[in-house]
Amino acid sequence: MSAESMKLLSVALSIAVGAIFPAFAIGMIGSKAVEALGRNPEAESAIRTTMILALAFAEAIAIYALVVALILKFA
Amino acid sequence: MPHISIKAEKIFELMGLGITNSMIASAIVFLLTIFIAFYYKNQSTLKRKSNFYYLIKFFVKSIYDLFYSVLGEKTDVFFPLLFAFFFYILLQNWFGLLPGVGSLLIKVKEGHEEVFVPLLRGNNADLNTTLALAIISVSSIQFFSIKFLGIKKYLHKFFNFSNPIMFFVGILDILSEFSRILSFAFRLFGNVFAGEVLLTIVAFLVPVLASFPFIALEIFVGFIQALVFSMLTAVFISNAVVEHG
Repeated sequence: MSAESMKLLSVALSIAVGAIFPAFAIGMIGSKAVEALGRNPEAESAIRTTMILALAFAEAIAIYALVVALILKFA
Repeated sequence: MPHISIKAEKIFELMGLGITNSMIASAIVFLLTIFIAFYYKNQSTLKRKSNFYYLIKFFVKSIYDLFYSVLGEKTDVFFPLLFAFFFYILLQNWFGLLPGVGSLLIKVKEGHEEVFVPLLRGNNADLNTTLALAIISVSSIQFFSIKFLGIKKYLHKFFNFSNPIMFFVGILDILSEFSRILSFAFRLFGNVFAGEVLLTIVAFLVPVLASFPFIALEIFVGFIQALVFSMLTAVFISNAVVEHG
């Protein structure tokens, strides 16, 4: 396998593997937020703020993988 | 494929200091932030206020209420710093989405050959900026912690010799303070830079109309990241200024 193809493979793998678990996390956060909303609809604004913060945390993990992939690809 | 550079390009040199395209963009946004701040201050003393004043006031009020839910009655002390973070990052992110930023090219000499580089670059798509913001944020957390707890209790958080477990927890706490800098810097940089790359690639694949939903997404992401940055600083500050155990 040539160095070039290895590099492309590593770029693709780093974002592919790095996106799996944040996806689980985001799904879990969304489902739990909807559950909490169903139980306690008047707490909507508090739930929304907390949910968006938690989503940003989970998303940041995927973003780290993306940064690594971009650095591998373009630098 | 369009050319994508992960670091900001140098436009010209000023007394040996390389001025990059992201620095030019940051200077513009910096002046804009100061102008809006003084405008707001000036308008607040007038009898007939402009609509723009009320728009900003609405913004400030909603953000204040959000921070109040985290910080409680200490909000007034920290709000200037937190809102400055929020507003500056928000303007930087949205400035990077304007047409012309990243697409206006200028010819510069690099070594012996001449290359075309963008004149302006979204400032948060440069790791230096986000690292600087992260260092300011984390050092202000330490500053407020010392101010509210006193230097003795502050050091006691990190160097606790009462038993071996607390000693190692202290070492981990020191490490986590440093890892906060990295996570702040990379979260903001990653989101904004990934957005720029996304917009470039989409505009390259489908030149007409396809960028529109992505630009709307990026406006949202820019807002959320500004909010997350200042909100996390608020949460960390609120943890740092109270005593634990």
